[in-house]
Amino acid sequence: MTGRHLLGIAELGAEGIAEMLRLADTFVEVGRRPIPRVPALRGKTVVSAFFEDSTRTRLSFETAAKRLSADVMTFTSSSSSLNKGESLRDTVRNIAAMGADAFVVRHSCAGTPLQVARWLAEEGGASVVNAGDGAHEHPTQALLDCYTVSRERRARFGAVPEGARALEGLHIAIVGDIRHSRVARSDVLAFSALGATVTLVAPPTLLPPSLEGWPVAVSHDIESVLPKCDVAYLLRLQNERMSEQFLPSVHEYTATYGLTASRARLLGPQALVMHPGPVRRGVELAAEVADSPSSVITTQVANGVAVRMAVLFHLLGQGAQVGA
Amino acid sequence: MGERERAMVAPGRGAFQGRAVVMDAGDVQRAIWRIAHEVIEHNRGTASLVLVGLQTGGVWFAEALGAVITSVSGAAVPVGSLDVAYYRDDFGLRPVVPAAATELPVPVDGAVVVLCDDVLFTGRTVRAALNALGDHGRPACVQLAVMVDRGHRELPVRPDFVGKNLPTRRTEMVDVTAGGVVLGDLAGPDGAPQGQEGDQ
Repeated sequence: MTGRHLLGIAELGAEGIAEMLRLADTFVEVGRRPIPRVPALRGKTVVSAFFEDSTRTRLSFETAAKRLSADVMTFTSSSSSLNKGESLRDTVRNIAAMGADAFVVRHSCAGTPLQVARWLAEEGGASVVNAGDGAHEHPTQALLDCYTVSRERRARFGAVPEGARALEGLHIAIVGDIRHSRVARSDVLAFSALGATVTLVAPPTLLPPSLEGWPVAVSHDIESVLPKCDVAYLLRLQNERMSEQFLPSVHEYTATYGLTASRARLLGPQALVMHPGPVRRGVELAAEVADSPSSVITTQVANGVAVRMAVLFHLLGQGAQVGA
Repeated sequence: MGERERAMVAPGRGAFQGRAVVMDAGDVQRAIWRIAHEVIEHNRGTASLVLVGLQTGGVWFAEALGAVITSVSGAAVPVGSLDVAYYRDDFGLRPVVPAAATELPVPVDGAVVVLCDDVLFTGRTVRAALNALGDHGRPACVQLAVMVDRGHRELPVRPDFVGKNLPTRRTEMVDVTAGGVVLGDLAGPDGAPQGQEGDQ
């Protein structure tokens, strides 16, 4: 292995994203089979190294690896020797010594997956997949969001743009805690790479200090944005990352920026409601909207397995292309 | 050689250069008619018959064969396709391009499945197809129809229905379409013949 990684959306580009979505189609078909498993990664070992809490992403990656017939090693920091004072570097080195082909890394510090990839280059060069690092990037979430939008669009409208322009002509509003959100960063890059127009909707305190260079518009009025958007993408208020007072109160946030049932009626009939999870019902998203036909939140989760299969297969399955 | 293989050859690896036309379009069509009758005879009709084309080169063959069997027997025979990319044993030896769809129109449990491919070479694609099929169910039996059997088997695989037995060198390539069968070589960018060891 030459150490191929997926650390961020930025490195993929529109063509790379389109390639992953195309590959994911074949894995959606695999998921529908009576035995949803292919032997493509037999003999490979995937380590899920989550140094931060996760339900969806960890289970999704582990399911994806198992459906490709890879072996899965699960590491959870809360029950590990990190608690005995072992450094991250030694932990990674020791796991690598057991023989791992890919590390799926989540950490609360931005840049950790890159650092792990550098260390692994000295330890035999396993691949690294970023499963979320601090407020930096969450590339597989952005890929599954792009996949969900483009395939739902195809299901609803038939002939639509494909490939590197798959989201051409769509207007996507990302609403909520942009400041602390790695999903928002990856999504902005991925959505706009595929041709969508992105508007960020948030109170000024929950926007990043600078949006210079971001291909986005900004609004503080959700009710003016909803009627013209094709996708309303809600983000969770990340209290665990809020070190200071960003909001007067959660109630005030819901009153001014939450997607309530009455605001949801401003959306067009074909508009999609999305959320990366976990959803705080009644805060950023009303329960009846989360369960309405326009919500594709569980579809996102289902597509996540196929998209992560595509990523793992892309990194581990194709191998050295001799003579190619 | 299917679309996928054609796409894999270019660029930089040279292009397929035909040397001899082994079968023309009429020969291919007549072989399909003969195989259709052989399939019906061998299975004493078309009951629970399913044709499955191997992606990508075998799909047109399965469809053409299915059309003839349907017109001869009067009963519609389901035709599907199978992509075996994820079941191959040569990851790392060649690019894997899982672009094609698997579509089995009926359950394969208890069915008589006729796998259809354009060229039978090492037999590794057929081995992969048998494993892939096993993940979809348990057919009553599996048979193999190929337009061209070019020899050089590396596994104990034998076709049930053959369009043409074509002796070849390992380094040669065979291009099979509805328009004919052409024997040729993979020529490098400089025009010099290059060997290609690979399953077609």
